[in-house]
Amino acid sequence: MTPGRLWAVARRLLGMALTLLATSFLVFSSLYLAPGDPASFLVRGRSASPQELAAIRHQYGFDDPFPVRYWHWLDGVLHGDFGRSYLFHQSVGEVLWSRLPATLLLVGVSTLLIAVVGIGVGIVGALRRGTRTGSAVLLLVTVGAAVPSFVAAIVLRSVLGVRLGWFPTIGNGTGVLDRLHHVVLPAIALSVTFMALVTRVTRSAMLDELRREHVEVALSRGLPRRTVIRRHVLRNALGPIVTVCGLLVSGMLVSTAIVETAFGMSGIGSLLVQSVDELDFQVVQAIVLLVVAAFVVVNTLVDLVYPLIDPRVRAAGGAR
Amino acid sequence: MSAWTTRLRRLGGGPLVRMSTVVLALFVLVSVLAPWLAPQDPTFGELGDSFAGIGAGHWLGTDGGGHDTFSALIEGTRTSLVGPLAVVLASTVTGVAVGLFTAWRGGWVDTVVGRVLDILFAFPALLLAILAVALFGKGLGAPVLAMAVAYMPYTARLVRSLTAQEKVRPYIAAYQVQGHSEVFVALRRLLPNITPTVLAQSTVNFGYALLDLAALSFLGLGVQPPTPDWGAMINQGQAAVLQGQPMSAIVPAVAVVLVVVAFNVVGEHLGDRLAGRES
Amino acid sequence: MPPLEMPLLEYDGLRVELPGTARPILDGVTLSVAAGEAVALVGESGSGKSVTARAALGLLPSGARTGGQVRVDGTDLVGADAARLRAVRTGVASMIFQDPRAGINPVRRVGDFLTESLRLVGGRTRAEAEARALELLTAVGLPDPARHLRQYPHQLSGGMLQRVMIAGALTADPQLLLCDEPTTALDVTTQAEIMAVLGQLQRDRGLGLLLITHDLDLAAATCDRIYVMYAGRIVETGTAADLLAIPRHPYTAGLLGSSPPLEGTPGRLTPIPGAPLSLAEAASGCAFFARCRFAQPGRCDLTPPVLTSPVLTPPVPTLPVPAPAAPTLVACHRADELIEENR
Repeated sequence: MTPGRLWAVARRLLGMALTLLATSFLVFSSLYLAPGDPASFLVRGRSASPQELAAIRHQYGFDDPFPVRYWHWLDGVLHGDFGRSYLFHQSVGEVLWSRLPATLLLVGVSTLLIAVVGIGVGIVGALRRGTRTGSAVLLLVTVGAAVPSFVAAIVLRSVLGVRLGWFPTIGNGTGVLDRLHHVVLPAIALSVTFMALVTRVTRSAMLDELRREHVEVALSRGLPRRTVIRRHVLRNALGPIVTVCGLLVSGMLVSTAIVETAFGMSGIGSLLVQSVDELDFQVVQAIVLLVVAAFVVVNTLVDLVYPLIDPRVRAAGGAR
Repeated sequence: MSAWTTRLRRLGGGPLVRMSTVVLALFVLVSVLAPWLAPQDPTFGELGDSFAGIGAGHWLGTDGGGHDTFSALIEGTRTSLVGPLAVVLASTVTGVAVGLFTAWRGGWVDTVVGRVLDILFAFPALLLAILAVALFGKGLGAPVLAMAVAYMPYTARLVRSLTAQEKVRPYIAAYQVQGHSEVFVALRRLLPNITPTVLAQSTVNFGYALLDLAALSFLGLGVQPPTPDWGAMINQGQAAVLQGQPMSAIVPAVAVVLVVVAFNVVGEHLGDRLAGRES
Repeated sequence: MPPLEMPLLEYDGLRVELPGTARPILDGVTLSVAAGEAVALVGESGSGKSVTARAALGLLPSGARTGGQVRVDGTDLVGADAARLRAVRTGVASMIFQDPRAGINPVRRVGDFLTESLRLVGGRTRAEAEARALELLTAVGLPDPARHLRQYPHQLSGGMLQRVMIAGALTADPQLLLCDEPTTALDVTTQAEIMAVLGQLQRDRGLGLLLITHDLDLAAATCDRIYVMYAGRIVETGTAADLLAIPRHPYTAGLLGSSPPLEGTPGRLTPIPGAPLSLAEAASGCAFFARCRFAQPGRCDLTPPVLTSPVLTPPVPTLPVPAPAAPTLVACHRADELIEENR
């Protein structure tokens, strides 16, 4: 790695740290947007004696000046301490940790689906442009992008779950195979919109590349069409595809709230909804921070990996 | 009738674009006329009537509580129109203001605002809306405001790049040489030229805002029953899905998809036409 | 060369037509290149010369209707299957494209461009392919071949990249080199270098060469014979010397008059008036009619002129040499009358 390249990476990482700091500040100060005293906000809906309120004030340091409070909170977050959950009488970290595997499985399977099906259908759509299949892909993309996960959930549960009985319609399942069986429909429901977006980007990026002269040159040198598509068209279309996938991360994580709720699964997403419902603000804050941080980190990674996908940006200093 | 078809034809585009335009026109019309169109009071249900099939009494059947699905669908158009409309109006106005100002100014203002917009991009609209509900309570008001903030960067970024492109065109310099004030040139001469593209983007945003607000109501965090709303209807109909009675959830679900498809198709068609592309 | 030998590349009445156009892109193109012979195809942009060159590799626009034959080393490529096309592309003919920036995949290394066909189709190992690539990069005169193999296209200049393109065309050890405006995208000094490299390679390796260019002087300087193309038809052909000395078709004369000569003092340049015939326009008679200053209504615009040998021999000093191997042919209704005026 050249010094210039190293410097570019360092700058990008510093940028990420600053962005994370800014978002953490936004999330923290959101508590102060709520009307009234923060302490009474945190116990909203529950009866609290003046002593309890005083205890909360002390615990959260509401008596301290704002920057000090932010610093304490940030220090805790950096050490994995997100505060305590009122609902579960546990630390927020513990609550999140127990829910994380289910959500990771859901997101993992969905990512796989989105990548394989989204890119696959996009390739077909580009190569079969102007044919019946090509038009079908276009229609699929148009409709798919407008099918929210809660609509997909209803249809999937109704048809594949209730009518045909192929898949369970509720819960997380136990054991590896049962969990996988349980996650199939939620993962499809979560993927539909994003698959459509990835398909669309793949298709248009492939079409852009197919028109390039280097494709014709490769064909003129006797490389089989299939090889040219793989090594030159798809390879070159990877840039836009990876970029879009990075941008989809946050939307996908938020949509787990919908899917997990619809399928009665226990995970981070359903926890978010439950915490909002039950006014468990510390948990809400932690999840919001996690989702935003995941987005920032993933997109920084995409930025860092991008020069490997398109060496031309390396010349431009690694920054896009 | 023929005047309408010629007008539709003039819009260009294939049958999909024309159908979508009709769907949008119907959507707006129905939401305006909803109280006169709904055959029954959607908040009134008779348990004896629960899960009634499609028939003369209930065009699209009833839900578990015996509420008329068709009437709820009609009345539900109102929140489905008003919510996203508020989001799009607010985000477009602020986005245009921010984008126009920063790109026109350029320099450090542009850089700083650009960074702030980048940070806002990390907050998806639905997440901000959920956070707003956590802070201000359930309903439509706070989430709409939060989503306006979340959608603003998209418009701002678009306007920023359009303005930057347009600013260097000769006609802008010509107006300035003629002694027109910067504000006049920016608002009265440059803005009209980029407005169509911004409107195309806003049309697409409308569809997505509708999805996000419906999702919020589906989660039970947005519009609260008995106010008729598509997302809330789907939420209430889900339990019945497991009982093999999916109609009361599927009807509003289809409505959501149809309207969002229509917004996307029309928005993209407008965008393509402005960019001189064939869709 | 012996006249009975089968030409390396032979077009026989090639016709290419796209749906929704008023005239064919190529209309009855007949042209041949013998082994070791350098031939130029000259015309303005849009004349169909690039389509002609691509047809020699079976690269025709999708959806085109075709007629006639294109034989490369005896194999007809019109309607040939993928395997036969690949055999020609990997073993007999290769092409040098106009713009190396567009023609070489920007996200892959130069070494990858040079070795991929050898490794993926030629069945060579990476080491063998790289050794071959090094050898070719040296042959096209690049200073630091080993380093270039690891570089990306954007790290090389246009002239260097065009040499890479030439090396790439030579990997398959072709007998026939098709060059589509190989110097148009380059700056003037580099142009001469690239043409020198091409000329030397052609002579050293005994390659058949079809040079596509809009520059009649460049064509004459590099090639033995020249075909002039207008609106998808060959309008004149002959030896380079003959064509340059006595252009018989008004279009050829126009091309000559509109470009500065390579040597000597530049005279007055007279551009050909008007624009080339687009694919949306069809001509009932001579396609050049609208731009030709000798056009005779009622004669030139009735039937398309046919490529024939001019009846009148031009009044040039007849030397005691045998008739040229390539007789001059011209497609002009008034060719015989105009010889005097054209001079």
